[in-house]
Amino acid sequence: MIQKPKQETIALNGDEAVALAAKQCDVDVVAAYPITPQTIIVEKFSEYVANGEVQTEFVCTESEHSAMTACLAAAATGARTFTASASAGLALMHEMLFVTSGFRAPVVMAIANRALSAPLNIHGDQSDSMAERDSGWIQIYVENAQEAYDSIIQAFKIAEDTEVSLPVIVGLDGFTISHTLENVSVFGDDPIKQFVGERQLPMVFTHEGKTVPYKLDPENPMTMGPNASPNYYFEFKRQQEEGMRNALKKIQEVNSEYSKLSGRSYGDGLLDTYSLDDAEIAIVVVGSTAGTLKVIVDQLRQEGVKAGVLRIRTFRPFPVEQLRSALKNVKTVAVMDKAMSFGGFGGAVFNEVRNALYDAEAHPTIVNYIFGLGGRDAKPRELRKIYDDLLQVNKTGNVGEPVRYLGLME
Amino acid sequence: MSKERSWKELAIGGVCSKSSVGFLTGDWKTYMPVRDLEKCTKCLTCVMFCPEGAIKWKPEKGDIWFDFGFCKGCGICANECPTKAITMKLPQQEEGKVE
Repeated sequence: MIQKPKQETIALNGDEAVALAAKQCDVDVVAAYPITPQTIIVEKFSEYVANGEVQTEFVCTESEHSAMTACLAAAATGARTFTASASAGLALMHEMLFVTSGFRAPVVMAIANRALSAPLNIHGDQSDSMAERDSGWIQIYVENAQEAYDSIIQAFKIAEDTEVSLPVIVGLDGFTISHTLENVSVFGDDPIKQFVGERQLPMVFTHEGKTVPYKLDPENPMTMGPNASPNYYFEFKRQQEEGMRNALKKIQEVNSEYSKLSGRSYGDGLLDTYSLDDAEIAIVVVGSTAGTLKVIVDQLRQEGVKAGVLRIRTFRPFPVEQLRSALKNVKTVAVMDKAMSFGGFGGAVFNEVRNALYDAEAHPTIVNYIFGLGGRDAKPRELRKIYDDLLQVNKTGNVGEPVRYLGLME
Repeated sequence: MSKERSWKELAIGGVCSKSSVGFLTGDWKTYMPVRDLEKCTKCLTCVMFCPEGAIKWKPEKGDIWFDFGFCKGCGICANECPTKAITMKLPQQEEGKVE
């Protein structure tokens, strides 16, 4: 039995919770460029640096492209590396996101999810990181500030696992989580430093005929990520996919290990279910909206309606088997997407869920709701209406329009 | 090139298992540098400008030497030479005259 270290409940917004977690993980390098609604994270972290509370090298770069480049380079030397961004900033990093995952550099990045221009909008939706879903980064989306704190700590342990060795995005809904003050239970610095531990390095075989830790080291020179011709490039991409598959297991392990320390767990680390076991109708969602849905499900349950919520916490790697198992008894499902995939058949989450269930023995009827774009509030009565719609589909068997818009002025 | 290997055998991150010393890139070139020994003052400007390090100073010979195993024929040496002692030519034009 592990002796549980003490926790203290303090008021933090999501950004501050992220900064505190990064501080406690004893990060070696932070390279960042400010952008709303992430700015508080790097502002807070630069305060820690100025106060001498951390030994971190803080690099102020001239752009997000440079920030990610600096993070990648730092991680390549074996340093623990952190950054944060959002929206246009993340979009500017696009090229370097692929380089970072291809380098197998375990950078951890918080994304305070925000809409993309045009028209200009600084508010929350998930268009930014959903657009980067094929960049080779693990993606974990949180429900509240507490989970943001816990997930940053977990992210380093997942990213730096030698069988994973991939960068991680922790997504927190812009403003809804990033700027909202909540009660957050936090540890002191030492237990977290101990939990995350020293960064582990995978071993690689180099041109000198030696097997050495994977880092830039003058004693053991190596060439990382050079030109790979058509007869090798494909193989390195397959290796990254293997890292993703290993992450599926590692995320669950870390979630359970962390729950022993903190008393908090988020489902199995991949999916967080609520009243789903005997549910006939359910909503699948990513991010903070799950909180509101859980309250509505409580009301519906009191009224005798068998409703549930499935929150996808880990979007990359996508937990296909776990999702099939979680939804196997549900009759009708609504998938909510806080981003659009223009010209596609529904949003990204809808696509993944529907695709995963196609081969399942019995799969539910599935509809898609696009919602919350550009910070449009998803009101409780609107969310409740989705459950009413699902009941109607259940009763009549008539699906109607499969891709719908919630809260849009028609 | 070496025998093709499975993704399971390769080091992650594209780490090279072989040195580039054995990977000759000199056959990529179309034009090759040809030096006029009468114009060359051995100022070594070409040695410094060669992006491939393919022009070397040989102290025992007191002269420079072109390593055609790595010279890609970019022509920077010819462009930088202050006495215009280097010209870029097709190899067949210079058959038998290559140093």
